[in-house]
Amino acid sequence: MVPLEWYLGLSAVLFCIGVFGVLSRRNAIAILMGIELMLNAANINLVAFGRFIHPTVLTGHVFAVFVITVAAAEAAVGLAIIISAYRNIAHINADKINVMRW
Amino acid sequence: MQISLQQVAFAAIALVVLGSALMVVTLRNIFHSLLFLALSFVGVAGVYLLLSADFLAAVQVLIYIGAITVLMMFALMLTHRVMTTNVTQTLGQWHLAPLPVALGLLIILFRLFVLHPWKLEADAARVGPTTGIIGQALLTKYVLPFELASIVLLVAMVGAIVLAKEDKPDGPA
Repeated sequence: MVPLEWYLGLSAVLFCIGVFGVLSRRNAIAILMGIELMLNAANINLVAFGRFIHPTVLTGHVFAVFVITVAAAEAAVGLAIIISAYRNIAHINADKINVMRW
Repeated sequence: MQISLQQVAFAAIALVVLGSALMVVTLRNIFHSLLFLALSFVGVAGVYLLLSADFLAAVQVLIYIGAITVLMMFALMLTHRVMTTNVTQTLGQWHLAPLPVALGLLIILFRLFVLHPWKLEADAARVGPTTGIIGQALLTKYVLPFELASIVLLVAMVGAIVLAKEDKPDGPA
């Protein structure tokens, strides 16, 4: 069997790659990609703990399904905001979008 | 320590996931990084299979690869001017803040969680198909979050349409 620590290590590294992507990219779609990587890392953790603590109750799976639901909603709304921003200011560079800055 | 076939499979899948995730955050061409994001999702589906989560693996392929990646591709095509490769995709000072933050978080996560002695062993008993159990849990114990999730999806759908709609100056307000 694969030990639990391997899964935790994989998800930790994946989460940190996502954090790096969110912080280092300027394209708003690339920032969303980093967020998706982080959500996937969290899901791996949920399912791994569920497998190792209660292999038959599947609470971790249910939570992972909810996380996937929220991730889909978040991607839809985020991309709609990005398209709306592109229509108004003709670029989607997150460091240049400052029309809401006072 | 004897290396089992599952561990070899895990190593290969982890290599795919982490390698393509690194490509996602470092490639200059945003379209290529989106394709590598899809590959990373495939790898995560493989991790679910190793954890004997067959339903989640299918959902991962359907939702993440089939819906979210395609949705992002649409958004990328609609904002096509950023697809040209000569646009710098990263902030100028990426090595100043993001890299130390990500590495520091990695060290903290490893110290706290990965190297923690969890003393948990998965029983080798084969877990059967999970779809029925998940369905029963969703409609009995977790029925309220289930309904809330449907409301969240409805609100997100309407919100996305309203946000992305082109406002015509003489159209209905």
